[in-house]
Amino acid sequence: MTEQTLPQADRRKRQLPQINPVYFVLAALIIAIIVMNPAFAEPIGYMNFLKRAAPLAILAAGQLYVIVSGGFDLSVGSVITLVVVGSSILSNNDPNSTWWVIATMFAIGAGVGLINGLVVCYLKVPSLIATLGMMITLNGVAFMWSGGSPRGYLTDQFRFFGRFNIPDLPLIRILPVALIVLIVLGFALYWLMHRTNLGRMIHAIGDNPRAANLAGVPVNRVRILAFMISSLSAVAAGIMLGGFAGVSTDVGTGYELQAITAAVLGGAQLLGGRGSVPAAIAGALTLNAIFTLLNFLGLPQPIRQVVQGLILIAAVAVAMQRRKHTGR
Amino acid sequence: MKKILALALAAGLALTGAAFAQAPNFDDPAEFARQKTLLTATPMGPADMPWEQYLVDGMKDTASFKKDGPYTVCFSNAGVNNPWRVVGFTDLQQEVALHPEIGELIHVDAEGSDDKQIADIDDLLAGGKCSILIVSPNTTAALTPAVEKACAVLPVIVFDRGVNTDCPVTFVHPVGGYGFGIQGAEFIAANVKKGANVLMLRILPGVDVLETRYSGGKHVLEDAGLNIVGAEFTDGDNAKTKSIVEDYLQRGTIDAVWMDAGATAVAAIEAFQDGGYPIPVFVGEDQQDYLQTWQANGMTAIAPTYPTYQWRTAIIAAVKTLKGEAVPSPEWILPQPAITMDTLDKFVNPKMPPLHYAMCGCEAMANYPTAWGGQ
Repeated sequence: MTEQTLPQADRRKRQLPQINPVYFVLAALIIAIIVMNPAFAEPIGYMNFLKRAAPLAILAAGQLYVIVSGGFDLSVGSVITLVVVGSSILSNNDPNSTWWVIATMFAIGAGVGLINGLVVCYLKVPSLIATLGMMITLNGVAFMWSGGSPRGYLTDQFRFFGRFNIPDLPLIRILPVALIVLIVLGFALYWLMHRTNLGRMIHAIGDNPRAANLAGVPVNRVRILAFMISSLSAVAAGIMLGGFAGVSTDVGTGYELQAITAAVLGGAQLLGGRGSVPAAIAGALTLNAIFTLLNFLGLPQPIRQVVQGLILIAAVAVAMQRRKHTGR
Repeated sequence: MKKILALALAAGLALTGAAFAQAPNFDDPAEFARQKTLLTATPMGPADMPWEQYLVDGMKDTASFKKDGPYTVCFSNAGVNNPWRVVGFTDLQQEVALHPEIGELIHVDAEGSDDKQIADIDDLLAGGKCSILIVSPNTTAALTPAVEKACAVLPVIVFDRGVNTDCPVTFVHPVGGYGFGIQGAEFIAANVKKGANVLMLRILPGVDVLETRYSGGKHVLEDAGLNIVGAEFTDGDNAKTKSIVEDYLQRGTIDAVWMDAGATAVAAIEAFQDGGYPIPVFVGEDQQDYLQTWQANGMTAIAPTYPTYQWRTAIIAAVKTLKGEAVPSPEWILPQPAITMDTLDKFVNPKMPPLHYAMCGCEAMANYPTAWGGQ
């Protein structure tokens, strides 16, 4: 080998991981699932999978806005709980209430995001603490509202988005409404993040808020918007999760960490400045695929937890390799 | 190197052996047999009031505790942290309202913490106001010393989970976990063919009352020659429950579902409905949402119960003790009826919240249904 060929080989090596590794991890897991259980390749199998992964995927895409802007949003799980509990109480078994209940929930979500953003920007509370406080507060509100036990049901109309499958289609047989919602919201969030000025500003403040400020980015306003998008995505996730599985008072527990994990699996940088909406969605699918795979393997619970933890660490490690290679 | 490995291995084995030796026994054939017999025993006490009935004879003279009213009843509660306890605590409060001789109920909520409950009991004793102490222990072993301490000063009634001492006046509880497991599994065995596929759904490992339900159910299913396709933990999470059942349905047929608790039963049923499968034989619990789904779909199903009316019995036992009337002791074992296809209609009430536990013995009480969140 001569001196001249070396840089070329090097460059080729650098170009290889241009595709985000999360897609490879996801593909590997899907193949493993199909090997374990060929029925997964049937439409019912993968459509069910996409349906149940949709809420987390939307949540992760929303969370990504806050992560890229350099923060965390731990309040999303409690927003989900509040949405499910609140909707079941407000709708009072009346099918006609669906639309105004959903509108009310989005208004509450926007309010929660606004408060999160204001507390972080103007009271200078680190986002980890600010949203942790919000999480505890909202869980308390949901508990007071429900008294610790669900007070009502969600109507079939409300549950349409998370539960209903459009039947009898050619080729794919069924199409879950949740998947349509995921595609629409996922595309909207993708477009906002990667094709608009807002997305560029969010990246800029996450990378270096001072530089962004000097460059004329309205740092506070952008940061508040990021929190609002995250909370609104949590409302959407709550509506879908309530639709999928019905009412319970701890439905959102743990979702904040799953959303952050999904975003990191998708290669998002925890301290901001970097992240991709499609990759975060793929990260959410990956998390769900791990869960499904372990279901199919039929391992005992403790071993399953160990394996789940190890796969997670390995997957994030693979995702992080990309940064080393691209140098970004 | 090999030696070290062998040593480490030996040490590891010894440790796990010790751990197993210490692990409480959730699979006790004697207790299984005892509860199986109790399920069919004829209760003593007033008919149609199962919360005042008892299955095992043996009364305790409480004349030494006799006192003039009004009484201050102190209640150290493990927590009001799940829907079962929410219903139970309402039962208890409404029972107190039926007794004019109770001047005051002092309720302290341990919020699911052993430490807090031990401190709570100390505080109640130090306060000196209690005529009697009712304890619903958070965990058995941890609360035993605190209960023993209380016994030395005043009469104590324990209910729901027990303690490792017989110093309380009585320990109020229904038949128990094995009984719950047996009732559901026997129903399955009677309604499916030999070799049928049964999916067992559990909430989480390591909780005594749930472990015994599982081992009781498993024995009956195995003895009936049924094929247990899996025993999965749902964490009591609707979405996870539905996902697990969907995944099992992709792999094969399910002829029956056994559950150790019914809060997520509707989610499990929906997995069959949404996938276009017939609903199999089902074992849930007495939650309203499950009972209504069962009725609406004409399912072949059963609902074993862990009756919340035992919270009423605790107050009844306390009042009897303070009046010097004899109470069943050392254990006041309540009947543990299952809701069957014959009795279902009696328990369905669409006006009650989804996770209202129907076996509350509360339908005839003054503030039913509003106090329980009904409309």
